[in-house]
Amino acid sequence: MSTDPASPLIRIRGLSKGYRRGDQVIPVLLDLDMDVAAGEFVALMGPSGSGKSTLLNLIAGIDKPSSGTIEIGGVDIAELSEGELADWRAANVGFVFQFYNLLPVLSAQDNVELPLLLTGLSSRQRAERARLVLGLVGLADRADHYPNELSGGQQQRVAIARALVSDPLLIVADEPTGDLDRVTGEEILGLLEQLVVEMGKTIVMVTHDPKAAARARRLVHLEKGVLVDEVGA
Amino acid sequence: MFLLRLLLKNAFRHKLRTGLTLIGLVVAICAFGLLRTIVDAWYAGVEASSSTRLVTRSSISLTFQLPLNYAQRIRAVEGVRAISWANWFGGVYITERNFFPQFAIDPASYLALYPEYLIADAEKLAFFRDRQGAVVGRGLAKKFGWQIGDPIPLRGTIYPGTWTFNLRAIYDGVDAKTDENQMFVHWSFINESLRQSARRRADAVGVYIVGIDEPNNAALISQRIDALFANSLAETLSETEKAFQLSFVSMSEAILVAIQAVSFIIVVIIMAVMANTMTMTARERLAEYATLKALGFPPAFVVGLLYGESLLIAGIGGVLGVAATLPLSAAFARATGTLFPVFQVSPLTMSLQLLAAAIVGIVAAAWPAWRMSRIDIVDGLRHVA
Repeated sequence: MSTDPASPLIRIRGLSKGYRRGDQVIPVLLDLDMDVAAGEFVALMGPSGSGKSTLLNLIAGIDKPSSGTIEIGGVDIAELSEGELADWRAANVGFVFQFYNLLPVLSAQDNVELPLLLTGLSSRQRAERARLVLGLVGLADRADHYPNELSGGQQQRVAIARALVSDPLLIVADEPTGDLDRVTGEEILGLLEQLVVEMGKTIVMVTHDPKAAARARRLVHLEKGVLVDEVGA
Repeated sequence: MFLLRLLLKNAFRHKLRTGLTLIGLVVAICAFGLLRTIVDAWYAGVEASSSTRLVTRSSISLTFQLPLNYAQRIRAVEGVRAISWANWFGGVYITERNFFPQFAIDPASYLALYPEYLIADAEKLAFFRDRQGAVVGRGLAKKFGWQIGDPIPLRGTIYPGTWTFNLRAIYDGVDAKTDENQMFVHWSFINESLRQSARRRADAVGVYIVGIDEPNNAALISQRIDALFANSLAETLSETEKAFQLSFVSMSEAILVAIQAVSFIIVVIIMAVMANTMTMTARERLAEYATLKALGFPPAFVVGLLYGESLLIAGIGGVLGVAATLPLSAAFARATGTLFPVFQVSPLTMSLQLLAAAIVGIVAAAWPAWRMSRIDIVDGLRHVA
């Protein structure tokens, strides 16, 4: 992914998305324009059904728009085939989910190592890298633990490590603190902030929690599929 | 290694479910193997038959005998290199439950035609010399604990009276296909007795065994022999030993077809059970597969995981099923006694068992793998929520 400092990392133009239900098309996003600069920490907020998760999914390349363009690092991902999109995601996007989505049969170390299977790294290189990233999120001593042996906050840290391990420029986080208590949620948000500040990652996060959104540098508010407000742009 | 570890851990994630599926697989594969072995055992006589031997019998029925003087005329037929004969003795050893085949034979000519019965020279000679002597297969001797020199009393059914034979020789089969559960006695000993007690039945032969020089000429030689006795009081029917044995098997063909059908139905049933297991597995892991696809893994990876897991479970079940078949078949053979003279799980049956397990694994994963390869990532991720 090319990153020209002058141009935004994410450039969305005329983005619309609708879901077909029977004969009807239910619009979710309407002619949306938005830019996200590299190294930004953007929070998407809005009531249920406002289209924030849909927008996040489209940016992450796991959903296809009805119309419009989504250029990320100069690549219009709306034009990519399923296979190309999968390769693109593997190289450029890290995912953090509300319910962590770790594989329960794999240890923390193996969960973090998982995305590296798609790279040409040897098993030793994969293991070293996974250990390093687990250290970054403060879980070096929990590498051999399985998800059910970890707290919610620790599981989310493992998920963040998994998102980081392939060194993507973009991290998408869908309600990353939604399943955590206040204190743990604060810790996770602190970790995400750290990724932006210290590692220059770009994060787009969906949240319902205004306090979580306040930790982002920029807050984008959606309602009924359109951008209604932006803070910190 | 990473993927193998993942497959193994996934396969045994639900230990009870996988365990029950494995038990089902082992039972099915084992039953499939046993049923096939029963069918094989039925055909054992056919498999063991020689292409250089013909059997000539009465064209009316096996229960009708042929005159002894046919022997010389058959021997003179072009293409015939040797001849011998045998009568079904049909005696009872202590009780009917101890059934085993007994034949009254012409020792020298008969054993010359059956090189697959291996007898030590000294024992063979002892058998030839003692007209009341008997030779039995190793399996039969082992079953009844007979030693050389033991008297073997048989209650005659076809030939009335109590007959006592002296065990003079024990034969070993040249290979596993050879029936080691037979007994042979001197035809002349029986015949002499008949000459005194039932003269009308003397000098009669149940079947002639004809040694031929060229297997390809079997049909021609058979025709020549049968033509020789056409329009006589005792017309003959000559056929290859294989065809003769098959005529016995064909009497039970409907049962054999049913057994074979059941063996395949069992595999189909376990296929459905296994498919159900894999479908449940895939449904439970919908969010995991969606996560993998979101991380950039192609649909083929998800398909590979499901097929790998299914084949792993089926493979374990197959190997355990084959392993269980061996002792079970041995126990079955012991329980059925001499009903199946040769009851061995063949390498072909074991291969078919493993193949059946592999097919079960492949078919069981087909539907869930196809479904999971097509799941929408967004829908799949929503599943967890």
